Parts: sequence; C-alpha cells; structure tokens
Amino acid sequence: MIIQALTWLIPLPPLLAFALIALLTSHYRDVSHWLALIGAGLSWLASMVVFFWAVFTPGLSQISPAFQVPWLPLGGDWLMIGVQVDQLTAVSLFFVAWTVLMIFIYSVGYHNYGQPEGDRDKPGLPPFGTLFRFKRGERKMVASVEPMYSRFFAFISLFAFGMYTLVVSDNLLTLYIGWEIMGLCSYLLIGFWYARESARNAAVKAFMTTRFGDMFMLLGLVVLYSVTGSLNYKDVFSPTVIKLLTASASPLLGLSWAGLIGLLLFMGTVGKSAQFPLHVWLPDAMEGPTPVSAMIHAATMVSAGVYLVIRFFPLISAGWLPGAPINLTMTVMAAIGAFTALFAATIALTQNDIKRVLAYSTISQLGYMIAALGVGAYVAATFHLVMHAFFKALLFLGSGSVIHGIEHGVMHTNEHVDAQDMFNMGGLRHKMPLTFWTFLIGGFALSGFPLITAGFWSKDSILAGAFSSGYWWVFIVLALAALLTAFYTMRLITLIFLGQPRTKAAEHAHESRPVMTVPLAILAFFAVAGGWVGIPANFPLLGGLLPDWFKQFVGGMLVGGEAAEGHSLVPLLTSLVVALGGLLLGWWVYHKQMAGDPDPMQRALGGFYTVLKRKYYIDEFYNWAFIKPAYWLADTLVYKLIDLKILDGILHAIGRFGPWFGRILRGWFDLPVINGAGDMIATGTRRLGADLKPVQSGRIQQYMLIALMVLVVVFFIFYYFFVLA
Amino acid sequence: MIPLSWYLIFAAALFCVGLFGVLTRKNLIAILMGIELMLNAVNINLLAFWRYLYAPQMSGQVFVIIVFTAAAAETAVALSLIISVYRRRNTVVANDVDLLKG
Repeated sequence: MIIQALTWLIPLPPLLAFALIALLTSHYRDVSHWLALIGAGLSWLASMVVFFWAVFTPGLSQISPAFQVPWLPLGGDWLMIGVQVDQLTAVSLFFVAWTVLMIFIYSVGYHNYGQPEGDRDKPGLPPFGTLFRFKRGERKMVASVEPMYSRFFAFISLFAFGMYTLVVSDNLLTLYIGWEIMGLCSYLLIGFWYARESARNAAVKAFMTTRFGDMFMLLGLVVLYSVTGSLNYKDVFSPTVIKLLTASASPLLGLSWAGLIGLLLFMGTVGKSAQFPLHVWLPDAMEGPTPVSAMIHAATMVSAGVYLVIRFFPLISAGWLPGAPINLTMTVMAAIGAFTALFAATIALTQNDIKRVLAYSTISQLGYMIAALGVGAYVAATFHLVMHAFFKALLFLGSGSVIHGIEHGVMHTNEHVDAQDMFNMGGLRHKMPLTFWTFLIGGFALSGFPLITAGFWSKDSILAGAFSSGYWWVFIVLALAALLTAFYTMRLITLIFLGQPRTKAAEHAHESRPVMTVPLAILAFFAVAGGWVGIPANFPLLGGLLPDWFKQFVGGMLVGGEAAEGHSLVPLLTSLVVALGGLLLGWWVYHKQMAGDPDPMQRALGGFYTVLKRKYYIDEFYNWAFIKPAYWLADTLVYKLIDLKILDGILHAIGRFGPWFGRILRGWFDLPVINGAGDMIATGTRRLGADLKPVQSGRIQQYMLIALMVLVVVFFIFYYFFVLA
Repeated sequence: MIPLSWYLIFAAALFCVGLFGVLTRKNLIAILMGIELMLNAVNINLLAFWRYLYAPQMSGQVFVIIVFTAAAAETAVALSLIISVYRRRNTVVANDVDLLKG
C-alpha cells in the first residue's frame, strides 16, 4: 500500500516546484533553484525507495502493485488512470531519477549561479559575461548569470513531472499525457534563448516533427481503445486480448489489429526518439542550453520513445515466438533502427560542433535499441536504454563543461571563436582534468570499450541478441555502426582533450566549478558500474562472477520469456574489434591535428564528405518536399488566392451589398414611411394644438360655462338613451 | 308639514342663483360666494331627503357636517389664493388671471 502511494506521489514534487517557481518565486534565483532541487530530490528519494523495494521483492510480476482511480467518464464507462510498479518501471525510475537529479544540480553551475548580473544580458539570449571590478581594482570579463534563471528551473521541473508521469503510469493515456508534456517542455527549452532566430526555428522544428509522430501515436491509442475498450497495460497485454488482436484483421492493408496498433505506436517512437525519417529535429535541438540537451535530448525524453516500444513489446511482438521469424512490425523496427544507427553514425563523423556529434550519436544509439527490439532482444534494449541514459547524460554535461571552459577562455582572451567547434579546442586534458576523465569514461562507454565500461556490456548484449536472432543484416549494420561510433567518439575526445591547444581560448580554458563536476563524477560512476549488473552468465571468464541480475529482473516481465541466447564468440569478438579498432583509428587520424588544418575526413571521404557534412541533404530535401510546398500552399494558394481573392472577395461583395441595400431601404421605405409617419404625427399634433388654442381663453367662467353646457348635453343624451329607452 | 318638493324647489332655485353668480360675476370673491350658495343648496337637498326619508338614521346630518367642513376648508384656501393673486397682480377680476391662456 505504501509503495502504491509513494509511486503516485513520485511525479508530484517537480510539478509543485514548477507551479511555485512560475507563480511566486521567479524573481528569486536561489529560492527557485532550491525549490526545483528539493522537488527533484524528493522524487529521487521516492524513486529509490520504490526501486529498491521492487528489486528486493521476489515475484514482483505476480504482485505488481497498482493503484487506479476513475478519471474520465466515457459513455457508460470510465477511463481509469493509475500507477503501477513492475520491473521496467523500476529500472526506468532508477535512471530517470539519477540523471534528472544530476542535471538539476549541474544546471545551477551551468547557468552561472553566483556570478554577477551582466549589464548587456537580455532575456532570451545566453549571458554575454560582464566586466567585473575585482577588489584589487583590476577589471576582467567574467561569466554572468543567466537572465532567465528561474524560468529554466520552472521548465525543467515541469519536464521532470512529465517524465515521471510517463514512467509510473499504468496505462497508455497518462503515458501519452506525460509524453506530450515533455514535448511541450522540449519546445520551450529548445527555444529557451528565444531571441536567437536559430533557437526559435529549432523549437518549432522539434515540436512539429515530434507532433507528426505523435499524431500517429494518438491514432494508435484511439484504435487500441476502440478495439479493446481499455488502455490499461494489464488489460491490453493479457494473453486473451493479445490473441484476439493478433487473430482479427484490421481494415487496413491486411494487417492484424496488433500489427496496426504496433505500427502506429511505433510512429510515435520514431518522432520522439528521433529515428529516420523524423530524426531531423534532434540535432537542431542542441540550440537549447546544454543541460537541456543532456536531459531531454539524450537521457530521458528521447528514451521515452524506446520506453514506449519496450512497454508495448508484448503487443508489438504479438504472434512472435523467440526463435521464430519476426513479424511485420518488428521487421519495420529492425530495419528503421539499424538504418538509423548506421546513418546517424556516418553523419556524426563529419560534424564539428561538439554537441551535434553527440546528438547524432544519440540518434544512432536509439536506433540501436530500436533495432534490438526489432529482433526481439528485449532485455538487451532495456539494458542499453538505461546505460545510454547515464553515459550520454554524462557526455552532454561534460560537453557543457568543456564549452563553459572555452567560453571562459574566449572572455579572457577576447578571441572570437566558436566555443562549440572542437577544431578550436585541443589539449584540454591539462586544463580540465575532471571533465577530461569523466568525458573519457563516458566516451569509452559510448564506444563500448571492453570490459570496464557499461556501454560495452549493453552493446555486446545487443550485438549478441542480433546475432543469435539470425538476422545477419541487422548484426552487420549494427557492428558497422559500432565501429563508426567508436571512431567518432575518439575523434571527439582527441580533438577536444588531446594534442595541443589550437586556439588561445583553449589555452586559457579552466575547469568548471564543483557543482558541475560532481554530477559528472557520479554519472561516470554509473557509466562504469552500471554494466556490472548485466554481465551475461555465459561470458568467457567473467561470466557468473556476478549474477546477471538485470536479465533476471527485467526478463521476468515477459510473458513468453526471452529467447535463449546461444552465446557465440562471434558477436563478442566483433564488439571487441569494432570498439578497439574504432578508438584506435580515431586517435591515429586525429592526434596530430594542428590549428588550421582541414579535417582529415575531407581528404579520406572526398566528395562524400560534403554529403555527410550536409547530413545527406535531408533537411534540404524536407525543405523542398514539404516546407516549400507548405509555404506555397499557405502563402500562394490559401492566402493570396483563397483568402485574398475568394474569401475576401465574397466578404467585400457582402460589404458592398450592405450599403447599397441600405440606401435602397432608406430611399424607399425609411424616408417615406417611417419618417413620413413620424413627421405626420408631429405636425398633426402641432396643428391640432394650434386649432384648439382659442378654446384655452384663460377665462375661468368661460370654462365653467362650457363645462355646464357639456354637462347638460351629456345629461340629455344619457336621459334619452338610458331613461327613455 | 311642508312638503318635500318645496324644499327641493327652493334648493334648485338657490343652486341656480349660485351657478348664475359663478358664471357671471367678475369678482373672484363673488364667484366664491356663488360656489358657497351651490354647496348650501346641495346641503338643503341632503337634509330634506334625510328628514323625509331616513329620519331615524344619522347619516344625512353627518354628510352635511362633512360638506360644511370641506366648504370651510375650501373657502379658506380659495380666499388665501385670492389674496395671494391680489398681492401679485393687484386684481381680483377673474378674467385678468389668465396665465394659462392658450
């Protein structure tokens, strides 16, 4: 009972913090960030309690505590909303709570809390820094505090509420609500520096693109409800319902209902988790502040898409048995996921913006998870989801720390360089040792450095899953993507931290404050230690030293159970080779990079370099294929033709008809009839008055005489009619 | 006993005298006197009918007393109005008081 109560309480503290900050404390920076931190901290605490309770409760699947309330009356039925705790909820709570809390703490430092206010800073722009007079009398440029500090904490608190809601809910409806709250927060936070046009465009782009996917997801939700009459996971995933959904055909394309719903929901994931072809928004989303990139666009929100697919895996995999050929939905997922993994990795090779490289690597890693789910490697995908959240949050926060360091150098030297371009960096390992080591750990985890990093174990289990599923193409594509991942990660690390500084700004970079580096250290711990809970039991040498806890825990959720992995050395050797090979290659190519040198990729790839640099011209293609026609439709067709010509024409005609009709009425009706009658009454009354005027002589005796005569006449009339008659 | 009709004839004659006075006299006070005559003619009528037809009841006398009272009040008001008119316009001739002439 306590657990149920605690579970539904988890999302509330951040919501409360959001409301308080937005309504009351927006002028007090310290109160605002304390509110946000306390809110996140309470949620973290509750999440940890629920997590450890779930871990130490045997037979969780049988208990599966849930708590429901009727929410929305629908005809004769009620939509029930509620919370539940199962294995997926528990592990998701774990990584969400940790990353959210770390990012909240980090944000305090990232937004320069405690620094003076900048005299040139404006709301809607990143702080420029300000000239500060030190006690000794010297004046120096120092970083200035973010002008919209409280606003930031309000938004990320709301975001945390959305994510927690999504994770703890026991039905698709509240999941969808949390999903859309996060979409809104993503929009608000990408456009946080709204005075920059690029940020505004990126925000709109992100919102529109994810909305496109969400539309299909909403359709899936509606179809699911109309077919099964429930959105609750327990009802929907019960074997009878699944069987029914698999057996009955939907009216569309000959799919079964399960296939149709699965595909529609997967479209939501494609939008939210930035899979090809809706991946275009995620790199642009890097316009937001770096903690936002870390939290929303790497660790949690984009994970929500994968979470949805994992959650609906029983429905998506309906009709599939471990070892059997995968069904249509899973084939689509495997194809899109594998393609995205490779495709995004190739783009990441040529990007120079540190955050953009990480954004493409996020897309690529999410593709990994989707592909893993597509071939049925359910536990591996969940494992990678959790591990990826930790190391990608770490990498993004590390990149924020690097950018901060470089910005410090820029202020110090007055050199105008792009603080996010890694060709302007180099040699930062001496200046920023903590950031370097944590970034190195995160990078190695991302590239799957053998044995010691969490990324190795999760990626290895995905590769093993893909291999044992028998879908060779998935395995090969993923292995290739892993090679590229290791390569561009090493390119990133080498260009930023190794070698010699390539700009003056990089020479004067300095380490960030502890409030930023401590979260890095904590996340780095998870990026290493997280892997220990999922070491496969049949791994050579190490297998069995630690129990494969993750697989037992999460695998216990599936009704049908996970495919028995015939462990083979092929995927293991492959992941070793691609990880180490990629890292080595990356170091070898970039370790001698000097200032002003062109990117060696330019020579190696030739003409293809430009294609990659321009991201396969997909933005241009979308611009040509969708945005231009949409503008044409809106401007030329709808506005200029339909609106200005036809609608306005009709309105103007109506407008002209009005006065004309009015004039007619005035000439033919108002003036002669209404006015004439009025005037006639007036003049008639006046004339009558004038005619009767002599009667009013003012002689009282005359009046009396008249009265007497009238009386006599009336008397005789009465007498004649009433007495005589 | 004097027959009732005598009283009625007398009252009618008195009423006509009063009416004639009201219609013909120029002086406002004389008009007022005419009105008093007419009222008294009515009083005589009332008393005569009461005495001959309803003698055991009080109502005829009560009516007459009320008429007297009303007449006295009315005379007081009228006289004060006439005095007021005289003070303002220096006349008590009815035809000269013609502010409401159309």
